[in-house]
Formats: sequence, C-alpha cells, structure tokens
Amino acid sequence: MHSSTSKRGVLPGFGITMGYSVLYISLVVLIPLSALLLNSTGLTWEKFWDVATDSRVLASYKISFLTAAAAGLIDTVLGLLIAWVLVRYEFPGKGIFDAMIDLPFALPTAVAGVSLTAIYSANGWIGSLFEPLGIKIAFTPIGITLALMFIGIPFVVRTVQPVLQELETEVEEAAATLGASRFRTFRSVILPELLPPLLTGFALAFARGIGEYGSVVFISGNMPMKTEIAPLLIMSKLEQFDYAGATAVALILLLISFVLLLLINSLQRKIRKTAK
Amino acid sequence: MAGSVPLSTNRPSTARQRKTNESSAVKWILIGAAVLVLLWLIVLPLIVVLTEALKQGWLVYIEAISDPDALSALKLTLLVAVITVPLNTIFGVAAAWAITKFKFRGKQWLVTLIDLPFAVSPVIGGLIYVLVYGANGWFGPWLQEHDLKIIFALPGIILATLFVTFPFVARELIPLMEDQGQQEEEAAVMLGARGFKIFWKVTLPNIKWGLLYGIILCNARAMGEFGAVSVVSGHIRGETNTLPLHVEILYNEYQFSASFAVASLLLLLALVTLLFKSWFTRKSNH
Repeated sequence: MHSSTSKRGVLPGFGITMGYSVLYISLVVLIPLSALLLNSTGLTWEKFWDVATDSRVLASYKISFLTAAAAGLIDTVLGLLIAWVLVRYEFPGKGIFDAMIDLPFALPTAVAGVSLTAIYSANGWIGSLFEPLGIKIAFTPIGITLALMFIGIPFVVRTVQPVLQELETEVEEAAATLGASRFRTFRSVILPELLPPLLTGFALAFARGIGEYGSVVFISGNMPMKTEIAPLLIMSKLEQFDYAGATAVALILLLISFVLLLLINSLQRKIRKTAK
Repeated sequence: MAGSVPLSTNRPSTARQRKTNESSAVKWILIGAAVLVLLWLIVLPLIVVLTEALKQGWLVYIEAISDPDALSALKLTLLVAVITVPLNTIFGVAAAWAITKFKFRGKQWLVTLIDLPFAVSPVIGGLIYVLVYGANGWFGPWLQEHDLKIIFALPGIILATLFVTFPFVARELIPLMEDQGQQEEEAAVMLGARGFKIFWKVTLPNIKWGLLYGIILCNARAMGEFGAVSVVSGHIRGETNTLPLHVEILYNEYQFSASFAVASLLLLLALVTLLFKSWFTRKSNH
C-alpha cells in the first residue's frame, strides 16, 4: 500500500473524494452563502436594525413562527397516531397508505399550494362547508397552518416509525404483567422512548415550515401584517430591488435555521446512539 | 456476503403477548382515525388536482399541456434535472465515501453543512445567487462586461436547483454506508482490488437501492423546485419558465383548469417517484 493512505487506513480515495466534496460544497453553498453573511449589499448596522424591527417585518416573523409551530404541534400528534397504526396494526390498504405518507416530499410545493387553495377557498370542497359558519380558511393564518401541516407530516411519521419498530416489547410486557393498564404502559413506558423522535420530527417540520414558500404563497393571500410570511417578504423586497432589506430579513431567518439545524442534529445523534 | 444484513430484524408479531395489545375496539378506532387523517391531509389534495384539471373537459386539458409555453417549460424542467441530478449524485457518492470510510477532524461540521439546504428557506437559496451573480452582486459588473447572464437565465436556475437538491443522495447514503462499516472493502483491498473497482464491485451492490432512492428524490425535487427557482428565473415565458413556475403564472391569470392540468403532470411525477420508492424499499429489505 502507498504510505499516504496508510495513515487513514487501507481504503483508497480519501484525498479525491474529500477534496471533491469540499470543493463542491464551497462552490454551491459556502461561497454564495458568504455573500449573504459578508454583507455584499453594503448593509449597515443601522439599516439592518431598521429593517429587522420594522413592524411589517416583525409581523411576518410572527406569522411564520406561529403557523409553523402550530402546524408542527398538530403534525406531532397526528404523526404519532399514523406511525403507531402503521407499525402496530395490520389492515387492508396499509401498504398504500404507508407509501402515500411521502407524497408531500415528492409533490412540488406549487402543486400542493394551488390544490390546497382550491380545497379551502370559499367555494372549495372544505372551504364551502365552513363559509356559512362565517369561518374563512384560505387567505387566513388557518390556511397557512394547513399548508404547513401537509408539508410537515412526513417528517414526524418517518422519524417516529423506525424507532417504534425497534422498540423492545419486553418492557411493555413486563409493565402489563405488573398490572399496568394499557394506557398507563403507553404513557410511562412507550411515550418516554418516543420523546426524542417526536421532538426531532417536530423540529424538522417546524424548520421546514418557517422557510416554506411554494405551498404557502397561494393559500396565504399575502396581506401585509396579516398573512405575509417571512420568505415572501424577502421575495417582495427583491422584486423592489431592495437587496439590503432582503439580506436583513434573510439573515435573521438564516440564524433561526442554523440554531434549529444544530438542535436537530444533536437530537438525531442521540437517537442513533440509543438505537445501537 | 450475498444479501446485506437487513437493517431491522423482523420480530414475529404473533409472539407478542395478548396483554400488550389494545382491545379490538381501540385498535379499530385508532386505525379509522389515522386513515381519515391521511385521506383528508394527503389524498384529498391529490384528488382535487385531478378533478380541477378535468373540470372543463379533456379538450381544455390537452390544450393546456400541449401549449407551446407549457412544452417549453417542460423541456426546461427536464433539462435542469438532467444537469443537476448527475452532478449531485457524484457529489453524494464522493461525500458519503469520505465521511463513512475515514476518520477526520471536522466530520460533524461537514455533515451539518450537507444538511444545510434542508433547513434553509428555498427563497434564501435563490437570494444568495442573486447576491453573487446578480446585476448588483459580487460578479455582476464583470459578467455584464463579458455579456454573460446567470441570473434570470438557465445557469441561475441550475445553480439554485443544485443548492436545494444537493443533500438528497448524500443523506440517503451516509447512514447506509455507516451501518455497513468497511470490513468488506478492506477485505477487497487485501485481495488486491484497487481504487474505483472496490467501490464498483463491493460497495455499490450493498448500497444500490439506497442510492437509487436518493437519486429519484433528488430528481423529484429538482423538477419540482419552486421558491429558489422563482427568485432567479425572471419568469420569462418560453425561456426561463419551469413547469412549477408555469403553474403559478396560469393560476395568477385565473386560468385555473390549465394551471391544474400542468400541475397534474407534476403530480404524476410525484406518484411515479413514490412508486419507485416503495419498489426500492421492498428490494432493499430482501
């Protein structure tokens, strides 16, 4: 073997694969991202502060945050239910339902956006049911939440499912033998085990929801202060050639994403460790 | 080792004691609730795309998808996928090899960096390229001098698509290759195999289904990306309009049936992707 490879073990290809990966990431991610971080638009602290504390900008963050959190929470409950049923029970059509979970991953977001708007607008299949009650769904934060629920549900199901599958039933059996009711066993034996994947699933859905654009723009109605989400605000600032303003809004959004990403990664490492 | 070790051992469900099963009533209520949620949340949007697309009959449908603007959008979407998917596949394999077969400092950082596009808003994915290559960007003046166009042109669309889709293959492969370790490859080295041959003959057979899954997911996202492409495209009909952007344009012009007709093509892409996915998962479990 060459002496250069022996340092890293006997396998070849470290230099070329590592070099290529780093070069590629630099070109596609790091250099463009540094344009944002290194402030290529001549954004001053003053201007940054002005934009970041502008009431319309703050309102857009609030809407993005609240709808993404609400959608993530509802998805966590519904996702647990779906994962549980798919792992623990047999029923006709299970395979098809299991496959359909991934549809939001595979469906272009614009398609989801127009379809959900058609369902929930005043003359849509579901929207028309709520219209007589005076409840509007499309073009309100409820509509945004529903779109984000669609986008986020597979994240929860696909993180909980494998953990549930690997869960040892011995502890459950022991709990049952000791006289615990089924519900108590679920609450004090199964749920604690599922907490890390549920948290991860929530964080993934939440992170995706905050940045989501395609599925939301159609159903949100994009009214400033009311249903304007943060990514859309970046878009409209760009359309007005306000690059500094767009950069300021994007920097805050990026910071939130970084924090969420680090959190998700440490959660996932924890799950992998306990799985081994 | 012919068939790789299945990731999860199948525990016979009959072995589970009756005590740890819910009563039949609770079981069917839970199943019913889950199925209802799935029908409402996932199946309904799918059906609505089809019914809306065919609302004004087949003639309008055929007209919408054979419109020259729609066809040129389809062509552009396919072209973007044909360029970006292979590039991201090569990157994914290279990155997974470096990360799973070797120890080095900063590995965790590299993995986090690969995940980045999953967490970053696609709109930011487009914005960063505008800041680099746009008229007021870093290279803007230089590009203008040399009459090169990246933003509001094909290269910009390709770059933005590369950004949002590059984690897919790597993300599929890394956990898979981590679980498989490197004994097989090391044995191949001892037996005298070299370089690329080790990957081709030893590693690839073990990871091929995961790799294919990563590729089709990458492809689905490349063809369907909306936010990032929307920022850099310029929405020039017949030139820089991809299929998802065409859905938006028609929708904003209140041509709903036509918009849903084009959307149904993208829905078909998603369904084919899911079909391949379940096929690959079944294959990899055997």
